[in-house]
Amino acid sequence: MNENLLFSSPIEEFSAFIKNASQHLETKYPKFFKMDNLSKLAFLAADVLLKHANLHSDQENNIAFILSNKSSSLDTDRKYQNSINNVANFFPSPSVFVYTLPNICLGEISIKHQLHSENCFFIFDTFNANHLWLNAESLLKSKKAEKVLCGWVDFDGDIYEAFLYLVEANGVFAHSPNEITRLYKS
Amino acid sequence: MTNLKLELKEKIIEQLNLEEFTVADIADDDALFGDGLGLDSIDALELIVMLDKDYGIQLTDPKEGKEIFKSIAILADYISDKRAK
Repeated sequence: MNENLLFSSPIEEFSAFIKNASQHLETKYPKFFKMDNLSKLAFLAADVLLKHANLHSDQENNIAFILSNKSSSLDTDRKYQNSINNVANFFPSPSVFVYTLPNICLGEISIKHQLHSENCFFIFDTFNANHLWLNAESLLKSKKAEKVLCGWVDFDGDIYEAFLYLVEANGVFAHSPNEITRLYKS
Repeated sequence: MTNLKLELKEKIIEQLNLEEFTVADIADDDALFGDGLGLDSIDALELIVMLDKDYGIQLTDPKEGKEIFKSIAILADYISDKRAK
């Protein structure tokens, strides 16, 4: 976070990695293990950022979300599809079905941090700094949000990636497409 | 019946992803919803699927689910009763 390493593990397999990371980062949230993989990834990354964001404890925080990825919720969609492929063994899982949209991860973060703010989830072929920048600037300038949590959270099969950043007036880094791209690639 | 209760605890922990619980943490009479295990409405649907898939019991009345999912003991009684018929 802010170019500091908070946790590392030689284990890349997602279930073990995210479990170890959530314990190390002290994400004490009973519903965490019920989430699908995309939500776990987004939730943990956002939780770390928001814990260090000096949020108001006595009033509502107006933090909007603009997240994006390439794979949407395809990983969970496939899991659900597999549960309904066989007519002779047709047992669709309600707890898998509820995660068959990528923006559900935004709901999980909002519930934990009691946010009732603007949010949207975009699907792109690749990381799109311009789009995130434009939307975040619009929310801040129109005063629809005090801060905007932006980024890229992608999960598909064995490949996963999360890059989140929090935008506000007078932040640590300049808010520009070039700087966002630099941080994403660093 | 003891075996069935144990089996239900194992299934519930596994299928509802209750990572922080072990079989020993769940007493037969603990409330499954509310202050007990803290299950929610999606979990209730998952339990209905489990009854159908693993025990061949189909629940058609949601009110019935509210009663039989009160605890492991009540759920085990219900399954045993249905199996006996």
